[in-house]
Amino acid sequence: MLNIGGLNQGVVIDHIVAGGAMKIYEYLQLEKLDCSVAIIKNAKSNKMGKKDIIKIEGPNVLDLDMIGVLDPSLTINIIEDGKIIEKRHLRLPETVTGIIRCKNPRCITSIEQGLAHKFRLTDANKGVYRCIYCEQAFKRP
Amino acid sequence: MKHVISPLDLSINELAEVLDLANEIYENPQKYSECCHGKKLATLFYEPSTRTRLSFEAAMLNLGGNVLGFSSADSSSAAKGESVADTIRVVSSYADICAMRHPKEGAPYVASTYSSIPVINAGDGGHNHPTQTLTDLFTIKKLKGRLDNLTIGFCGDLKFGRTVHSLINAMVRYPNVKFVLISPEELQIPNYLRTEVLDAKNIEYKEVKNLDAVMPELDLLYMTRVQRERFFNEEDYIRLKDSFILDLQKLENAKPDMLILHPLPRVNEIATEVDDDPRAVYFEQAKFGVYVRMALIMKLLNITV
Repeated sequence: MLNIGGLNQGVVIDHIVAGGAMKIYEYLQLEKLDCSVAIIKNAKSNKMGKKDIIKIEGPNVLDLDMIGVLDPSLTINIIEDGKIIEKRHLRLPETVTGIIRCKNPRCITSIEQGLAHKFRLTDANKGVYRCIYCEQAFKRP
Repeated sequence: MKHVISPLDLSINELAEVLDLANEIYENPQKYSECCHGKKLATLFYEPSTRTRLSFEAAMLNLGGNVLGFSSADSSSAAKGESVADTIRVVSSYADICAMRHPKEGAPYVASTYSSIPVINAGDGGHNHPTQTLTDLFTIKKLKGRLDNLTIGFCGDLKFGRTVHSLINAMVRYPNVKFVLISPEELQIPNYLRTEVLDAKNIEYKEVKNLDAVMPELDLLYMTRVQRERFFNEEDYIRLKDSFILDLQKLENAKPDMLILHPLPRVNEIATEVDDDPRAVYFEQAKFGVYVRMALIMKLLNITV
């Protein structure tokens, strides 16, 4: 079992669907941070079987609101003085622009490069987003 | 200003108004023959569709208006790489209303967000075709006298058939409508339609693979063509294209007042021997399409007589 130490101050993004951590890493542009960042892939999880976790050291400067669009199952813990001071539940935004891309080859966005990729939340319980142009549901990896 | 991009852009009441007006025009065409005098309809057809384009053009000409436009992307500025957004902004200053057909899904919606004239979606890929749905609804209302209390069979390509998806979406808004979905397994309705529409609204429906057994139950039979252009794989198309063919023998068990609808064009899914059966109303349906489009043009241009 791989051990990664606890944080004194930072953010833990937990319960990421296994294999999804890099997408979140890229969206949050964590490569630009100077602090320690740990990506744990395929950690054991009672609830999920296996999961990914991202630990980011230091004061929270990230805009985390939109990452629920990429993975509605994830949870966020904010750590101060070695303790969880906030468990953040993400509310899925009604619309998202420029974060996820429509993969329907028949969609107008596939040929008109200037169009923003926009999605609308159509089923809040299941976290379903549909392209506002072709209405195809966004499929998470 | 209102655009019609999806069949659901019109409320039940607005829909009833359009269908009533279409019927009024059908009964008294002369009364409406000059009501769009001086108005222009632009038909922006980025892919060929003789039937829909001519139906729109006939509708505008019947109202005393004029038409302009193009009938393929090759003969438009799209061939030079112009975006839909730019084209519609320019066309907005040439015409009073436009009908757009585009192979890419969502293109008419994009146009509507940049347009200063009403945009009617005349078909966008496998997505929506609202004037076909209006035509179907008008045909049912006109020939059945109602849009509720119906058992509707859909047969053929229910996976890619946008007319099927749109008509199901439109018909679930009326009480006591049941569906019988007849197709091979590969061409069943998409899952979202099952879960987000039929199951979500507790609509009674069944999915079967045999047309004969369910024929006596049907008030309407909506036949569809298996379309080559919806398949990425030629082998699948060839394997499935002749899945269901309606002939007189199959019709023996049908109700005497069952209606057979088809969005046309037909290939071989309805044998030509069926054409003379009084239940075959698909050519009448195509004729009704002109009246529905006339009514829709008048509504969107706020023209009253």
